[in-house]
Amino acid sequence: MELAGRRSVVGTVVSRLLQAIIVVAIVTTIVFVLIHIAPGDPFTSAMDNPNVTEAMRARWRAMYGLDQPLLEQYVRYLSNVARGNFGWSFSMHRPVIDVLKDALPNTLLLAGTALVLGFAGGIGLAVIQATRPGSRTDRTLGAGSMFFYAMPDFWLALMMMLIFAYWLPWFPVAGAVDPVMHEYMGPLAALADRLKHLALPAITLALLSGAAVARYQRAELLRVLPDDFVRTARAKGLSERRVMWVHVLRNALIPTISLLGLSLPVLFTGAVFIERVFAWPGMGWVILNGVATRDYPLVTAGVIVAAATVTLGSLGADLLYSVADPRIRGR
Amino acid sequence: MTSARTNPALLQVTRLRKDFPVRQGLQHSLFGRNAAAIRAVNDVSFDIARGETLGVVGESGCGKTTMGRAILRLIEPTSGSVVFDGIDVATLHGAALRSMRRKMQVVFQDPFSSLNPRMTVGAAVREGMLIHHLAEGRAADHRVKTLFEEVGLNPDYASRYPHEFSGGQRQRIGVARALSVEPEMIVCDEPVSALDVSVQAQVINLMQDLQRDRGLTYLFIAHDLSVVRHIADRVAVMYLGRIVETASADDLYSNPTMPYTQALLSAVPRPEPGRQTARIVLQGEPPSPANPPPGCVFYSRCQHPLKDDDCTRVVPPLEEKTPAHFAACIKQPSQLP
Ligand SMILES: Nc1ncnc2c1ncn2[C@@H]1O[C@H](COP(=O)(O)OP(=O)(O)OP(=O)(O)O)[C@@H](O)[C@H]1O
Ligand SMILES: [Mg+2]
Repeated sequence: MELAGRRSVVGTVVSRLLQAIIVVAIVTTIVFVLIHIAPGDPFTSAMDNPNVTEAMRARWRAMYGLDQPLLEQYVRYLSNVARGNFGWSFSMHRPVIDVLKDALPNTLLLAGTALVLGFAGGIGLAVIQATRPGSRTDRTLGAGSMFFYAMPDFWLALMMMLIFAYWLPWFPVAGAVDPVMHEYMGPLAALADRLKHLALPAITLALLSGAAVARYQRAELLRVLPDDFVRTARAKGLSERRVMWVHVLRNALIPTISLLGLSLPVLFTGAVFIERVFAWPGMGWVILNGVATRDYPLVTAGVIVAAATVTLGSLGADLLYSVADPRIRGR
Repeated sequence: MTSARTNPALLQVTRLRKDFPVRQGLQHSLFGRNAAAIRAVNDVSFDIARGETLGVVGESGCGKTTMGRAILRLIEPTSGSVVFDGIDVATLHGAALRSMRRKMQVVFQDPFSSLNPRMTVGAAVREGMLIHHLAEGRAADHRVKTLFEEVGLNPDYASRYPHEFSGGQRQRIGVARALSVEPEMIVCDEPVSALDVSVQAQVINLMQDLQRDRGLTYLFIAHDLSVVRHIADRVAVMYLGRIVETASADDLYSNPTMPYTQALLSAVPRPEPGRQTARIVLQGEPPSPANPPPGCVFYSRCQHPLKDDDCTRVVPPLEEKTPAHFAACIKQPSQLP
């Protein structure tokens, strides 16, 4: 029983990883083709300079192989990627891999903080609501979560910036650190500077994900509450708090785990609009800049990272399901 | 049995009532009519002596589960009092209520939904001990194993999850769980009606053995009389939220007073050949508990020869008709000396 369960988990992981590789390959192909057949290339838009002649542009294109047939470019790109070479970023004038290496820690910090805050807060709110359904607390919190759930992310980001950076100048407007002073700060001051810059974008992102978590989690808690085993737990003489947190919540985590699986890619790709509004130099910001400048290698690499983490996120969620629900184990 | 009656009552239920509000249409709530209610348990009184088993029987929907839950305070009674071991359960709150729950346990009707699917059955049995500080660590593990053996399960099964067990095994786990906190009384809500007949007998025998070994008191709910006959000292018959007859099991089986009890009994197959009475088939459905009729609740289906209009006017009180045999029928003369 145990053994069979474990073996099938390994089998699931292997077959899902193979699927992930296929998905990533397909997505890579689509993006590669789309971005190349879209009008313009790195040398039309980004270098829109009257001193640059068509002849110079043609020479540059030849240098980077952009004058070759699309199929040939594609095969060459794939063989480079397979060897871990993601190419040269035209807009940043550095290897793509270096650009992503610098951006990734920033995104991990922002998205990681926001996901932890959002999920912990969302679950906590849902438990408070489900403990007294229909009460004034429940309705107030429900209206609040609906408000943030319905709010477009870039709009909320702009409003947060307007209120907490402009009208009430509590937080810096943008960036990950103070552009001038950070270099000269002592370790404590530098940490404080990072946290101050992190606060607004992280809270914005946490509000957005927390609102969704709270809504789904509350609904699922209320679905589980009337179950018989909850009555058993009460009959044992457990406190209401223990009944809720240990018995009800543990049986109501599946939708939240799905949400978590859907959110995991944000850790690696960044919340594009939030990073953009707060000029947070993370993956989302970098990829968006790449799009604006037709930086083919950068955009394609960004999309590969995104596709890989989306598929891995859903695999992660499936593995978490089986941790959360013993009945799924061994299937 | 009779000796049990002379003990002081462990549980005393007086005029217990439970109404469920009925969800009504928009126009009702808009025009502020009084909310209607389902009267699931209506004016129920009885007591159980220490060590005794009171069986409660009645058709599906007559309020047995609701009564059991109201006694345990798993739902709030609308009115009435429940006195357990001299303490009024209805007034307890918080920690006092939780420690009372240690003494009054429950085995639920549905073995498939009453165990937490995310918890090993061992952890489920263990939890109550920990909460009530009855045992910890190694000692608790040991007691879980002993309990599993006591209810006839392999102690190694403690690390499994509920879905790995059959209905009968789960009900044994439910019993072990109830016993884990060393209760004095157990409310058994149709503990065997979800099980195969062969398994039913095993579980009932187990419960009888446990009662004998531990001096337990049972409130044993069932919907047919044959199950209750094995285990109950006294039987209460419920109909539409009311107790309509109560007597010692032997007395009730040999001399059923109420037409309803007679009908229920006629449906029970008798082991002795030739003793089978003609089957009385009840006509129609019981009335809706949302709109109970005035007077006797059984009137619409009653086949008593003396039944008349008086029955629709007077709510028949539960009266002692022969010694220790109570019935709620105004047409049944009292034969007390
Ligand atoms: N939570 C509830 N809300 C509204 N009505 C309820 C609720 N629980 C029970 N009832 C109603 O109360 C009445 C008694 O139900 P109860 O479950 O106590 O019957 P029962 O005798 O246990 O039946 P069964 O033999 O089917 O278990 C029924 O009419 C039922 O519809
Ligand atoms: Mg019931």
